Order: sequence, then C-alpha cells, then structure tokens
Amino acid sequence: MRETAVTPVQVTGTVLTTRRVDAYHALTVVAPGIAERFRPGHVVSVAVGGPHTSMPTRRVFSVHDVKPDYGGTVELVFAVRGRGTSWLAERKARDSLDLVGPLGRPYPVPRDPCACVLVGGEYGSASLFALADTLQQRGCRVDFVLGAASADRVFGALRARRMGETTTLTTEDGSLGLRGRVTDALPAVIADARADVVYACGPMAMLRGVTAVAVEFDIPVQVSVEESMACGYGVCMTCVLPVIGDDGVTRMVRSCVEGPVFRGERVRFEDIGTIPFDALGAPGGRAQEGGAHTRNVS
Amino acid sequence: MLTPEMSVDMRTYLAHVELANPITTAAGCAASGDELSQFIDLARLGAVVTRSITMAPRAGRPTPRMAETPSGMLNAVGLQGPGVDVFLESELPRLVERGARAVVSIAGGSVAEYTALARRLADAPGVAAIEVNLSCPNVEDLGRVFARDPAASAEVVASVRATMRYDVPVVAKLAPDVADIVAVARACVDGGADALAMINTPLGMSIDVDTMRPSLAAGTGGLSGPAIRPLAVRCLWQVHAALPGVPIVGMGGVLTGRDALELILAGACVVSVGTALFHDPYACLRILRELEELLKERGFERLADAVGLAHRPPGAGPRQRIDLEESSL
Repeated sequence: MRETAVTPVQVTGTVLTTRRVDAYHALTVVAPGIAERFRPGHVVSVAVGGPHTSMPTRRVFSVHDVKPDYGGTVELVFAVRGRGTSWLAERKARDSLDLVGPLGRPYPVPRDPCACVLVGGEYGSASLFALADTLQQRGCRVDFVLGAASADRVFGALRARRMGETTTLTTEDGSLGLRGRVTDALPAVIADARADVVYACGPMAMLRGVTAVAVEFDIPVQVSVEESMACGYGVCMTCVLPVIGDDGVTRMVRSCVEGPVFRGERVRFEDIGTIPFDALGAPGGRAQEGGAHTRNVS
Repeated sequence: MLTPEMSVDMRTYLAHVELANPITTAAGCAASGDELSQFIDLARLGAVVTRSITMAPRAGRPTPRMAETPSGMLNAVGLQGPGVDVFLESELPRLVERGARAVVSIAGGSVAEYTALARRLADAPGVAAIEVNLSCPNVEDLGRVFARDPAASAEVVASVRATMRYDVPVVAKLAPDVADIVAVARACVDGGADALAMINTPLGMSIDVDTMRPSLAAGTGGLSGPAIRPLAVRCLWQVHAALPGVPIVGMGGVLTGRDALELILAGACVVSVGTALFHDPYACLRILRELEELLKERGFERLADAVGLAHRPPGAGPRQRIDLEESSL
C-alpha cells in the first residue's frame, strides 16, 4: 500500500466554471500539470487575494474531481469561512488562480478487491468520489456514509447514491436521511457490507469517532485530516498533529506532507492541539535530557 | 554604461564568504530544504539559512500555531526540529549534496548550549556560516530573551565565535522589539560577530472574536510578512548608519525585487526571504530575477554599489565605487 511521492508543480490556472452546491462553492480550474499527477486524496494549495494580496498564507483544499478537459481540470469544493475563501467564492470564469499541487499523501488503495466504506462529513465527502472511482475500477465494493449538521451541508448525496452499493445519509437535525451522526450509522453499514477497510474525510471530531468504530471492528481506517496551514508544501510547520510512527514513537508531523491521509489509529485525536508529553522532543520529555535546558518557548 | 545584454554582478560577501547572489531563505522558513528543492534548485540561491538547530529534537508549540493578520502572519512554531544529531547526519549532507551554501542557524537556552552547538558544527563540512538566533529565552535569566539584552547577546556571540573555526563567519540575528537595536548590534559586533541579521519577528498577538480566545495556542507569536517591512527598514537604517562597516543580512516582509532593493538601499548586503516562501515556493528566484532587473534599469553594474545607498547625503548623486570602502564590502 506504499505510495510513491509525486512532485508538485505551481500552475497559474484559469477558472473554467464556478457553481454553488448547497452550502458550498465549487470551482473548476484548468490546471493540466496538477490534473495529470493527481491521485485520490491529494490536496491543492491556492493563493488568495490576487497579485497584491494582503493575505500571505495559502489556502489548502481537497480535490473533488479531475477531468481531462482542456488538458486537465481540477474541481475544488470549499465552504466560505473567512476572507480568503470569500475571495475565492467571488472568482468568475476566466479568472486566474495560482495553484500548487498535487500535495500530500494520497489515499492508499488495496491491491486486491475488497469492501470499502467511505465516510464523509460536510464537504469532506468531496475527496471521496475520486477515491470511489479508483476503488471500483479495482473491483472493490464501495458503500457511502455521508453526514452533516443539516441537509444543505451534506455534500454529494446524489453522486454517492449513483456510485455506492449503498448510501446512508445522516443529519443532526434530521432534515435528510437518519437523524444523528455518521458514527451512529457506521457500525451497521460496516456489518452489512462486511467491510474490510474504512476511508474517512471530514471534521476532526468525526474522524475521531469513525476511527473508534473501525478499531472496534478491527479493520483498517484511513482518515484525511483538515488542519489550518499556511503553505501546503511543508515549509511553514504550522499544520502539525501528533501521530504515532512505525517505531511506536509519537511525532508532531505535518498534515500537508506526511498527511493529509493517515492511518486513523495512528492519529492521537485526543491530543490534537497539545504536545503530548511522550512526543519526540516534547518539553521536559526524555528526548531533551541531553539538551541542557531548552524550554519549549521561542 | 550598461548594455541590455550585460548582467549585473550580483555577488556579495557575508563577511569574507562570497555568495553568488544576495538572496537567501530566512531561518525557519524552508524546513529541511527538501520541500523547496521540489520546486527550485537550491544551488541557485545565495545561501540556504536552515531552521534554528537545537541540541535535542524539539516538538515545538501546540496548534494553532499560525494566524493570518493584515499583510502578515503570526506564528508560534516553537523551533520544531530534529536536533543537531539528525541535522548533521541527514539534513546538512543533503543540502551540501544539492550544491546549496548552508548558513546554519542555532538556538539555545543558555550560553553553554549555544557553545555546545557551535562545537558540534565546528568540524561539520559544508557550514558556510553560523547564524545565532538570539530570540531565545535565557533559562539562566528567568527566560528573558537574549536579544533584548546587549550583554547576554554579546556573551553568546563571543562564545560561539571563540568555538567556531576562524573561517566560518558568525552572524548575530537580532530582534526588532528592543529598546535600542543599535546597542544590541554594537554589543554583538564587539563580542565578535562578523555580520548581523535583522529582523527576527517582533512579538504580536491576535484574538479570535468568535471564540473570544487568543488565535494562537501560545498566545503570542512572531509577526512576519509585509506588515513588518517598515520596521525592518528602520532597523537596518539605524544599524547600518551606526556600524557602516558591518555586513547585514536584511529580512522582513520581502515579497518582490523592489522590497529586496529597499532593504539593500537601507544597508543590507544579503536579503533573506521568509513568509514569501509560504506564498510562493519560487519566491527566492523570482525576487532575485526582479532585483537584478531593477538594478540593471537603474544602471548599476554591481549589487555592491547599491548597498546602503539611501544613506548618501541629500543632493548627492549615486555613490561612486570608491565611496563604498566603508560599506559591507
């Protein structure tokens, strides 16, 4: 399941189409170099605000769709959350966008056909359709569980219904599908599909819950995390989270380079936003015994 | 007079070390170097300034570590890094292999730790210069930052200078949020610094009005980006005016060749690019190209002729080469 690294490129893409999808925005951009290198799970980092921007940090998005039109297009799905995303939402066809990608570790796909449950929260489901496509081409069974707070925040329900063996929708207010969260519906879906693996993309709390369910069923789970970051290609060191390595040691790793896809059980969800005391290089930890009096302040 | 085909001599000197051009990465803005080398040839930079290397590995600060601010960003990464052993085993050799000139930034919590780091680096091949990150809390002085105290800064610099090989320049990196940056600069030069680098990020803070809590987990963070460029220009101006013979690595919100030229005119002979690298992985080479174009347009044959040029008296024309003896070269 080991993936080889893909070299990212910087592309000045041209916006082809923009559309509203319920509570979200979707932007299709002609970006040949990125489209041809893309694999499901990769992310793209976008500069916002135009040439003389007052927003120096890039925004990172997962890719909903890649198409061969015009040499290759990528479609990004996002929610307006601040100045950068509201600028992006105002883009029109033929505008230019500075994109860097594809970035990060894509979803590993199984060598042999197996049953896969794909779990999406809010617009996190956007990254699952390219994955579903790849899995189905390999003869895998795909079942979807998509959820959000309300009906207009569930992304891609129609497409999931078309592609999936089964599709289960959940909303917290009951406006679509089952009332509740994806984790409420997930155990039954895993059992019915006799799932071998779970893939999930969405808010951190959901990924934590999905991982707990998969661990209960003792099946592997791959989660795609969304952390705030400034660059997307590994230089700003701001998107870190505690992840347990193959050697059993917890490290603060970058979600843009070592992720965004991680094995769920390796992510220390309960410690996100902290430096676990046993992480490599944690203040006062064993790793610093040799390091004189270095304190964790800068 | 320059003909359009002629290129500007972009060579510069960091103390006695010649760099092919004045553009370098800023400390802590290029991770290990591997990340940027996916986009650019590191050998084409004047130098790569590494992240601040510490004795032990460091996990850094908790997240959120970053908050965007108008024309800038706050960061509190907390010097996350692999520690000097891994740096010497793998990161430095990879930089050397790629043909990069490595300026190694070091950070410590005590004079002894800086000295120990210098000792480890003294015999490492491929260290073009040492940059001493003085914006670290001194554990022997209740966590007061070295860079705010001229005497403590000088002590660190003197100790590193005494430990490093004589042919490896020691650069003192200064913080702008001090009472008198000239006093700190002078103390560092008296302590043996071969060059100065400024400015490190001034401390800033932002509060999220939705959560009504500080935006960064650490509360405060270093402010960088174009928002601090005037602060950098002021610091460079004051220090270059006071110590015209000391080479200065200038940095602070450089996004374009024009910004780099501004810092050069204020007195920098090397310009580091930091936050711009988060926005554009090609920033260094683009800025270098733009800077060369600007110098050419203005009729300069050598970059060195522009260093500190804004200091010439009003009414005087561009300085002639002979006037530059007291500048960085």
